[in-house]
Amino acid sequence: MSDTGIGKSVKRTEDIRFITGTGRYTDDINRPGQVWAVFVRSPHAHAKIRNIDIRRASAAPGVVGVFTGKDVGADKIGNLICGWMIHSKDGSPMKAGVHSVLATERVRYVGDHVVVVIAESKNQARDAAELVEVDYEPLPAVVRLADAQTRGQPQLHDEAPNNTVYQWHLGDKAAVDAAFASAAHRTKLEFVNNRLVPNAIEPRAAVAEYDTGTGSYTLYTTSQNPHVTRLVMSAFIGIAPENKLRVIAPDVGGGFGSKIFIYAEEVVCTWAARKVGRPVKWVSDRNESFLADAHGRDHLTIAEAAMDAEGKVLALHVRTKANLGAYLSTFSSAVPTYLYAPLLSGQYDIPAIYCEVDAVYTNTTPVDAYRGAGRPEAAFVIERLVEVAAREMGIDPAEFRMRNFIRKFPHQTPVLFAYDAGNYPACMKLALENADYSGFAARKQASAAKGKLRGIGLSAYIEACGIAPSQAIGQLGAGVGGWESAEIRVNVTGTVEVLTGSHAHGQGHETTFAQVVSERLGIPIEQVTVIHGDTDKVQMGMGTYGSRSGPVGASAIYRAIDKVIVKATKVAARCMEVPDDGVEFADGIFSARGTNRTMKFGEVALQAYVAHKFNPAEIEPGLKESAFFDPPNFTFPSGVHIAEVEIDPETGKTRIERWSAVDDFGNLINPMIVEGQVHGGVAQGVGQAMLENTVYDDNGQLLTASFMDYCLPRASDLPSLNVGMTNTPCPSNPLGVKGCGEAGAIAAPAALINAITNAIGHEDIDMPATPFAVWRAAQQHEKQAAE
Amino acid sequence: MAAVSLTVNGKTVGAEIEPRTLLSALLRDHLNLTGTHIGCDTSQCGACVVHVNGKAVKSCTRLALSCEGAKVTTIEGVGRPGNLHPMQQAFQDNHALQCGFCTPGMIMSALDIVRRKGTRLDEATIRKELEGNLCRCTGYHNIVRAVAAGAQAMGDSKLQAAE
Amino acid sequence: MYEFEYLRPSTLADAERALRQHAGAKLLAGGQSLIPALKLRLNRVECLVDLSGIIGMNSIERRGSLLAIGAMVTHAEVAESSVVKKAIPGLAQLAADIGDPQVRNCGTIGGSIANNDPSADYPAAVLALGATLKTNKREIAAEDHFKGLFAGLGQDEILTEVLFPIPRCFGYAKFPNPASRFALAGAAVADTGKGVRVAATGAGMNGVFRVRELEAALSSAFRTEGLKKINIDSSNLISDVHGNAEYRAHLIGVMTKRAVDACLAG
Repeated sequence: MSDTGIGKSVKRTEDIRFITGTGRYTDDINRPGQVWAVFVRSPHAHAKIRNIDIRRASAAPGVVGVFTGKDVGADKIGNLICGWMIHSKDGSPMKAGVHSVLATERVRYVGDHVVVVIAESKNQARDAAELVEVDYEPLPAVVRLADAQTRGQPQLHDEAPNNTVYQWHLGDKAAVDAAFASAAHRTKLEFVNNRLVPNAIEPRAAVAEYDTGTGSYTLYTTSQNPHVTRLVMSAFIGIAPENKLRVIAPDVGGGFGSKIFIYAEEVVCTWAARKVGRPVKWVSDRNESFLADAHGRDHLTIAEAAMDAEGKVLALHVRTKANLGAYLSTFSSAVPTYLYAPLLSGQYDIPAIYCEVDAVYTNTTPVDAYRGAGRPEAAFVIERLVEVAAREMGIDPAEFRMRNFIRKFPHQTPVLFAYDAGNYPACMKLALENADYSGFAARKQASAAKGKLRGIGLSAYIEACGIAPSQAIGQLGAGVGGWESAEIRVNVTGTVEVLTGSHAHGQGHETTFAQVVSERLGIPIEQVTVIHGDTDKVQMGMGTYGSRSGPVGASAIYRAIDKVIVKATKVAARCMEVPDDGVEFADGIFSARGTNRTMKFGEVALQAYVAHKFNPAEIEPGLKESAFFDPPNFTFPSGVHIAEVEIDPETGKTRIERWSAVDDFGNLINPMIVEGQVHGGVAQGVGQAMLENTVYDDNGQLLTASFMDYCLPRASDLPSLNVGMTNTPCPSNPLGVKGCGEAGAIAAPAALINAITNAIGHEDIDMPATPFAVWRAAQQHEKQAAE
Repeated sequence: MAAVSLTVNGKTVGAEIEPRTLLSALLRDHLNLTGTHIGCDTSQCGACVVHVNGKAVKSCTRLALSCEGAKVTTIEGVGRPGNLHPMQQAFQDNHALQCGFCTPGMIMSALDIVRRKGTRLDEATIRKELEGNLCRCTGYHNIVRAVAAGAQAMGDSKLQAAE
Repeated sequence: MYEFEYLRPSTLADAERALRQHAGAKLLAGGQSLIPALKLRLNRVECLVDLSGIIGMNSIERRGSLLAIGAMVTHAEVAESSVVKKAIPGLAQLAADIGDPQVRNCGTIGGSIANNDPSADYPAAVLALGATLKTNKREIAAEDHFKGLFAGLGQDEILTEVLFPIPRCFGYAKFPNPASRFALAGAAVADTGKGVRVAATGAGMNGVFRVRELEAALSSAFRTEGLKKINIDSSNLISDVHGNAEYRAHLIGVMTKRAVDACLAG
């Protein structure tokens, strides 16, 4: 067992370039002769475009091209797509409006892309962009999710009457109605799941070039899944055939979902590179990121739970309106449906669940997957419901959850999923212990003595990762497969290159994937290099989203290694002159059973390439294998997070005093990295619950379009986090791993709101619970107390 | 266009630039020091932090011309692969980075904290002093630990040097 | 940023001349508000006159009953100054909590006061302490400077020094806007010896202002008891996504109480 193998907290090899400033992000790439693109964006939430006059801009200093949707259309460049078909409960397909890469007739949100200006320098492009004259006829806008479907509201797309994309449902309504009729207690809540702006610290960027000699394009872009970008740009948008389009996602500075999607900017830059005959570079400003990166969440939900007299949950009924913004972004349709409703069962044995979701258009930035994507929304619903139900019924919330936990696996929920493994009570017990749950009452008293309100809140979340098997998601409307690919290239000297379709933008794959190889092949980790993010190097892959790189990406590597070992064993057998089944492989050594003959892995690799010791009719020379891994099920990470807060009722300031998380991600490849993923997820969940407020005014102007008004969590907003683990291996992949990237963001919001409502003594507060909101809610509590 | 001359990472450099050129743009576009990053336009994220005459500043909020004659240190001047500064080493040892984009600015700010507050730093001090640096990946937990460990290591190496 | 001309004079006279010669000229005194505004193209200048090259505008000294701080003294320098800490410790504390460390290394007291952002910290101190602003042309009483948003200096006028009368005690407390960390509401309290002055920042639609209700109460008894009962008029206060006028009015009271506590503790 090597000290760089599976289960070891190996320091990250990729760190060296990041801590020395030698990483290579898209904005660090400059091509000879490159020019700069700046996009002219709509200042209106909704308007007709009467006319676009580019004459002054075209004549401005340094300008090499100004293009509109007409120019793009003349080259038969297609529209942006949404890759997941959802059918409404009446069987009709979702109603998708046209999403052009440059708007020609109408704009539908502030930030909508209208014209691209390309000039020698970024400043010149910006200067010229201000000279583009777009004659808009402003139209009334519909901004509020609650209003979107109301008759008489402005309509965004002719294809979608009442701004309704689909009216979808899941579950058995009759069974739910029956359970409610016989319930001893019902708990009903209405809440907002607030819209979030992802805000990876690296803004999106693209550098595109066209090689006239070969007729091929190269696009460097901030993508989580370059192959999917290439596929969509090729097969649907028609930039170039896949074999003439190379997409490279170099170092990428965070994604959180927002860099999965295929956006207008990279399409236009790639097209324009040929048009102007020079490499074209675009780098988003932060303000532009706020307007033009797909946002996350944005639900309104009414949810009701039915309990028997002992607090056993009998049924759930959930009605959600989901705001998808002005257009359907790449995977937006799947987020409030199949990534949401199937999670509503949480960790609980609930006999009946029914969920209805209306997805709507509004004159706001498109909404798509953001860290957790549907699953945080579901966890918030179920974890608020059980917490409040417990409080209403006078049962301790931890005890209430224990009574309802699923205890036998596999478990089929009433909403699609078959949970494969878990140990929910074990997680809960450890979390309560780590949080010193029993000591809370004394701490609350101590806070009260200082005039402070203290609260504790739990969240026992479930997640579904992997977004596979392909056959199953295909039946649900997915346009792509859910597998991942890997290729193991063993070099002549025994060093190894791992080519993976997963993309790393902070997850540490270069280390964790190398650990898998180091462990399995028994070679030092320094001899392993992980290559990703380049469609010319790596065969088709699906990229990184939905916490799938461990369970699906690393599993594909595992399977490819299996094949390498099988072949290397054959080679070793020939070299040591024993039958194939007479060779054992362990810790990097091939041993001929019953002899003292052994060969190191590197020696076998050399023999595979020199091919002196075997008949090529029996064994092909070389040592390189690939695998596509398509898991048989989703994976189901789970955990319990406990937040403890202290509120200053004078100002509404909430301080997080303690955070105790216990997660079950199955086996761990690198515990240090897994904990880091939990920390980051919790921070984003805390941001959603307390800090991040996305506010549009009635005209559709985004009032919180910079860090001056949109509060990203800072170091002083967060405490140190106590992260513990239980490890119930996942049976659905060879590594037994479950995925860990989104857990914190899924768990945290409910834990925190449960803690805040516990502190203020009532349930009437929405996310984000900013100081202002908490102050108002606490005042209400004071008034109630006085009465 | 105007001429600017300054010392960057110990080397005297000059460039002909538009007056509106920011220090960050001079470093990235003219000197190819791309370790200094740009993450916002309102001087908040801190990905662009460098040292000017020994003090941490946001290079996206300084005109390059106003740094005429100044001594500038960027992340590239702190330590190289194979010869890491203790603070850089602490960031790796404590898993204080994920995507790495905010990291150069974090390290430059951390060194400024040590300059002002010394090598023994408690958690509350570090969290407060990181006010000007945003990270979206780590939740700061490991950054706080790394800054404390890096500061400690800087103190220890000074002690060793003195002995 | 739009294009502009850049000048970095080495004397005050040269700076004055530059301002006179360029009608669209603006002073750069640290630039921590101005440069972001220029970058976002919210602001356009023909010419920037950078004061950082001028010697003699960055001293801190005690002059009898006055604390004199040069306009180009950075927030970090005020925060660390032993002279300030001895004369008006609350002012050093105020400077130590402005923005973030990088901003404090660049931003200057003169820049902050001339810019007079309605959520900035220094204007509250200047008004509460009844400081005098010294320019190349005249001396301006604090009240006259903060008449309304961005009122104050003439086109070729340069703030050179701020003269703070040393009070019996001075305290400042702010509740930061969670996002920008500027004051959502901040209160500066000075017991001048000739009465108590309270100035609020971050809350007023017209910028920093004196809170007469609180001044009256504190002048009769300098203690926190009873402050909670005083209603602050919210009719001219800001309402935005971070808090409404009522919240800000309430916070002014709370911050005043905390500033008084700081005074009494110091």
